[in-house]
Amino acid sequence: MENVAEAQKSLREIKTRGEFLERFLKLSLGFWALFVGLLFPILAGLILLYEARLAIEKFGFIHFLTYTNWDPVQEDFGAATMIFGTVVSTILAMLIAAPVAIGIAIFITELAPSWFKPIVSTAVELLAAIPSIIYGLWGFFILAPIMATKVEPWLQDKLGDVPLIGKLFQGAPTGVDVLTTSLVLSIMIIPFMAAVVRDAFNMVPPIMKESAYGLGATKWEVIRQVVIPYTASGIAGGLILSAGRALGETMAVTFLAGNRPEIPKSLLEPFTTITVALANQFTEADTDVYLSALYYAGLLLYLVSFTMLGIAKFMVLRLEKRWKT
Amino acid sequence: MVETQNALKTRMEVKNLNFYYGSSQALKNINMPICDRKVTALIGPSGCGKTTLLRCLNRMHDLYPNNRYEGDILLDGESIFNMDVIDLRSKVGMVFQKPTPFPMSIFDNVAFGLRLKGIKGTELKDRVEKALKDSALWDEVKDRLKDSAFSLSGGQQQRLCIARAIAVEPEVLLFDEPTSALDPISTAKIEELIVELKKKITIVIVTHNMQQAARISDYTGFMYLGELIEFNPTEKIFTKPDKKLTEDYVTGRFG
Amino acid sequence: MSRKTRRKLFSNFMLFVSFLTAAYGIFWLFWILGSLFINGFKYLSPELVYLDPNPPGEEGGGLRPAFVGHLIITSLATVIGVPMGIMAGIYFAEYGRNSKFFMTLRQITDIMVSTPSILMGAVVYAVLVKPVGHFNGFSGAVALALLMLPVIAITTDEMLKLVPKEMREAAYALGAYKWQVIKNVVMRAAKVGILTGVILGVARIAGETAPLLFTSFNNNVLTFDLRDPMASLTVTMFNYVMGPYHYWHQQAWAAAFILTMGVLLLSIIARVLLHRNLLEPLFYIVRSITGKKRG
Repeated sequence: MENVAEAQKSLREIKTRGEFLERFLKLSLGFWALFVGLLFPILAGLILLYEARLAIEKFGFIHFLTYTNWDPVQEDFGAATMIFGTVVSTILAMLIAAPVAIGIAIFITELAPSWFKPIVSTAVELLAAIPSIIYGLWGFFILAPIMATKVEPWLQDKLGDVPLIGKLFQGAPTGVDVLTTSLVLSIMIIPFMAAVVRDAFNMVPPIMKESAYGLGATKWEVIRQVVIPYTASGIAGGLILSAGRALGETMAVTFLAGNRPEIPKSLLEPFTTITVALANQFTEADTDVYLSALYYAGLLLYLVSFTMLGIAKFMVLRLEKRWKT
Repeated sequence: MVETQNALKTRMEVKNLNFYYGSSQALKNINMPICDRKVTALIGPSGCGKTTLLRCLNRMHDLYPNNRYEGDILLDGESIFNMDVIDLRSKVGMVFQKPTPFPMSIFDNVAFGLRLKGIKGTELKDRVEKALKDSALWDEVKDRLKDSAFSLSGGQQQRLCIARAIAVEPEVLLFDEPTSALDPISTAKIEELIVELKKKITIVIVTHNMQQAARISDYTGFMYLGELIEFNPTEKIFTKPDKKLTEDYVTGRFG
Repeated sequence: MSRKTRRKLFSNFMLFVSFLTAAYGIFWLFWILGSLFINGFKYLSPELVYLDPNPPGEEGGGLRPAFVGHLIITSLATVIGVPMGIMAGIYFAEYGRNSKFFMTLRQITDIMVSTPSILMGAVVYAVLVKPVGHFNGFSGAVALALLMLPVIAITTDEMLKLVPKEMREAAYALGAYKWQVIKNVVMRAAKVGILTGVILGVARIAGETAPLLFTSFNNNVLTFDLRDPMASLTVTMFNYVMGPYHYWHQQAWAAAFILTMGVLLLSIIARVLLHRNLLEPLFYIVRSITGKKRG
């Protein structure tokens, strides 16, 4: 009798202990999920906002966005030059990287023989694993001199007199400029972009492609008329995602941009971006307003980056949802 | 084992076909005629090789590495391995298990194969309309040709895929379990369509549904473990088959 | 030329172009790694690891504070970031899948993965450096940990999602509690994948520079005290490359070489762990040479 009651009691204890553990675990795990996914992003934004408040009060929104004078001495700050630099270098990098990344994805999914595929895939992932400071270092020591002594003079020679385009190639070819920066930036985002496009291509069901082949289409016709339209949403999302990452790139750009706080008038002129300004000037900001202005620029970068990545995610998710049935 | 009706024309002929996926043999010594403007059905339990055989007929296996054919398949007397695969596929079309509408409008789907061949303008429109009429879809879509193909129901999408395939006017049309993903009403519509189509096109259909084979086909091939066990007029296969294995399968004793 | 021939030629041409793009990508990879090898190797020397840096201008010296500091900061960041990240990932995969709210949080986490890393440095500066009054190694570790958090959470979530639901159902059918199912069945099944995620996370933060620029900053003297500014390989490389001395540049190359080799090694280990078929092409080649048939 006693034993049964005791056994029942300990069973109840185990059960309640089990349930208690359940609840405890769910709460502790859930807290971290909440932190990572909500509290942390919001907190980060708020901290940036708080540190930027001085500059926001002093310079407002439109003014800060459009004013090109970044003057630490007069304590007058307008972020237009760095915003321009961020936007332009990202767009140029994307223009170069996008066709290459799509080409690589096509190569990996459609062309490469099965033993070669993992080699190219691995090569692409290795490129992605290289730390960005290495790109900066290599770009600065090896690529920039070649650009300065060989490539850029050649470009100036050939294209300098062409009516519209020629204006893009004026200025002293130092190698540390918009062109080199965009080039290295493009190399950096190619692996990521190629991986996203490749994953999108792999989502096309084989019978979809077989249907097209069955109608007598060539390989390229299947890719261009079936695969790419099918994955268009995913590719676009991937492009925006990559642009979002390029926006935040710091080290490669810092070495190669030249850090000149003026809007460049040609591809061969040095320039600056928000990340470059932060990297170079953060530790030198000697007044509160100066530091606050840097935080302001950082806040803008945070918001824009977040929005772009959000839009990209939405587009990719739409593709997945549409075709998962 | 194989009864060739000499009175009827043989459109395609499979001769001593062996097929290998890499090093494993999937088809063993298949000999089979495909009669002109008749429906030939391939039945058999899962894994017997019926879809593999079907996909040999338009060399779909060529799309993937490590596949090997031995023996021959003739289309109107010419070996399909000697002709250009793109030509082959315009003459031998295929409809798949699940509807595969391309991400474009209804019109563009049907026009796809025609545009590849450079057909445009009024000829294009006429042939698209004809294909849609021949697949019993025209009345349902004639006012919304520009709509996305995805706005159609499953059964309509499959008929769209049939329209797309017949628009290029193939000589032979291959169906790989075309109704397995559809409801009974759509299935009935497509079976009607096949019976109608065979007046002009030679048809080969793979089905795991024996009743379907019995309903619509003229000839049936029963396959098991990569071999063609028996090939005969459909009525004979289902009433007085030559082989015991066939009889066991069609009476439901296994499979 | 018939239309068909033209179409085929064009198709082959476009595919050739795609081959060229792949070659373009591989070209850069080889050039960058090649330069790294040649220059890094040239200036590699054991002194780099056990000597402290000389005063600016004086040749020689080493990067001991940078190596040690980097190891300390990276390890601490891992210790802080990994458990939190894994816990968040477990929740996303095992508890949050039916909740639209938490699935949105998961997407936000994924967005945080790609957020500019320098901003993390700025955030941590405001919280852990400005109030304290000076740069410190701890803040650097925290900045890197914050970078790692979303990465680990996402990879953990992905790996757990790969475990088939039948496995979970079988455990529940035996009367297990949810935490038992997670701990004893799901986590065990996803062990390798999660480890891979951690390794990749470490590889990623080991190569970061920007977040450390104004948190741990730099130090010419070896220190183990996290309250002091702490050197790191990446920040040191940054300073040396921008500096005027030739021997600084050489040391930067050597440091770059070591760092990259370390990061690549970690990435390769992670890949091999996850896709054992990475070695397939190697086996294929060996087999075709020795003439052995596949079993």
